[in-house]
Amino acid sequence: MQVTMTVNGTEVTEDIEPRTLLVHFLRDTLGLTGTHWGCDTSNCGVCVVWVDEQPVKSCTMLAAMAGGKAVRTVEDLERDGVLDSVQQGFMECHGLQCGYCTPGMMMTGRWLLDHNPDPTEQEIREAISGQICRCTGYSTIVRSIRWAATQGQGSPVTHTTETAGTPS
Amino acid sequence: MQVPAPFEYERAESVQHTLALLERLGDDARVVAGGHSLLPMMKLRLATPEYLVDINDLRGELGYVVVAEDMVRIGALARHADLLGDEALAAVFPIFRDAERLIADPVVRNWGTLGGSLCQADPSEDLTTVCDALDAECVITGSGGERVVPMAEFHQGPYETAVGDAELLTEVRFPVRPGGSSAYQKVKRRAGDWPVAASAVAVWLDGGTITDARVALTAVGVEGTVDVDEALVGRPPSEEAFAAAGALASAASDPVTDARGSADYKRHLAGELTVRALRTAVERALTSTPTSTP
Repeated sequence: MQVTMTVNGTEVTEDIEPRTLLVHFLRDTLGLTGTHWGCDTSNCGVCVVWVDEQPVKSCTMLAAMAGGKAVRTVEDLERDGVLDSVQQGFMECHGLQCGYCTPGMMMTGRWLLDHNPDPTEQEIREAISGQICRCTGYSTIVRSIRWAATQGQGSPVTHTTETAGTPS
Repeated sequence: MQVPAPFEYERAESVQHTLALLERLGDDARVVAGGHSLLPMMKLRLATPEYLVDINDLRGELGYVVVAEDMVRIGALARHADLLGDEALAAVFPIFRDAERLIADPVVRNWGTLGGSLCQADPSEDLTTVCDALDAECVITGSGGERVVPMAEFHQGPYETAVGDAELLTEVRFPVRPGGSSAYQKVKRRAGDWPVAASAVAVWLDGGTITDARVALTAVGVEGTVDVDEALVGRPPSEEAFAAAGALASAASDPVTDARGSADYKRHLAGELTVRALRTAVERALTSTPTSTP
């Protein structure tokens, strides 16, 4: 079957098997390997991307179901060489060690800050509660997202906006 | 790599289109909504439909939550996040917010739906128990029109429902009765896990006396509600009455020992969680305005 969707602002059309999962479509068909593929059982959350501005575990959505929708992946956080404040926060606060969970954590973190710009530690922990990190014990991830919150507005949600995330 | 067995994908554009597709495709077709229960089963090849009918574009038709004075109507495509965030729903049936806070995790709650949860019919699923406690009715739509099925008849066993091959669950209705409130209490081992056990309670009072109480249990081998009238109805709320109702819930449960806990532990939870849910529901009923809040 043919599927058309917008990925990081660019419309893509590909021939796929209907059973293709969104995570594999992004990684294998489009070569966007920033989105990771982990447990395959919707538990670990390394595969979180946005579909129509809602975070989803992309191992649990068919690429066909994303047809006609707007997908945003971790590759879209950085704009014109400027990191999103969440990415900057992970650098500043040592939010990653092995990096496997990082793309999912950052996509959820960005979504949280877009909807709740000043979250408490508890709210951050709740937001990432469906995602697993085996390195950090979560403390530095929470700290990284909090750091980003202190930087004010992050990356724009839509592609029509020109001002990218500018960590001050 | 877990990938579903091959199938053909159809995207429905409306309820009528869905029904037409289901009639044409027959019993080899499955409806997919959020997909967060069905797709994992398909990846494990526990479900192998030949056709998948995607109804996510029906959100405009079936994504509503309507809270009226005597009835709450929720469309089958209302997502967990919708139910969690709905203030009007929480005011009438706080049990929804209790339950939704602990269903799966926030990312999964963005996609999973009420209708999908009920139709998946997993015995450990939370909203089924909530619907049982609230005496809900399911609206099932086919080409011949709608039929309304009470929760007691909706589930016909694990993973089996009253929805026919060419039918669609379109709405769940909840009667609103004055003087009542509700609560959900659940124990799970970690974020995102299925419940070890949970208890759903709806209770109604009049002049300081309990007039009706409905208790339903999750993941402990009981379908439908547990009869706790003997312990509660006609009595003023008290710790003794709650304990007696908890004992009835515990005795009615028939759990199995598994990785989530022993049968004895789950039986204990069935009782203790019922006591806690009763305590909360009664307190909510007594502190809300008796005339305006059910």
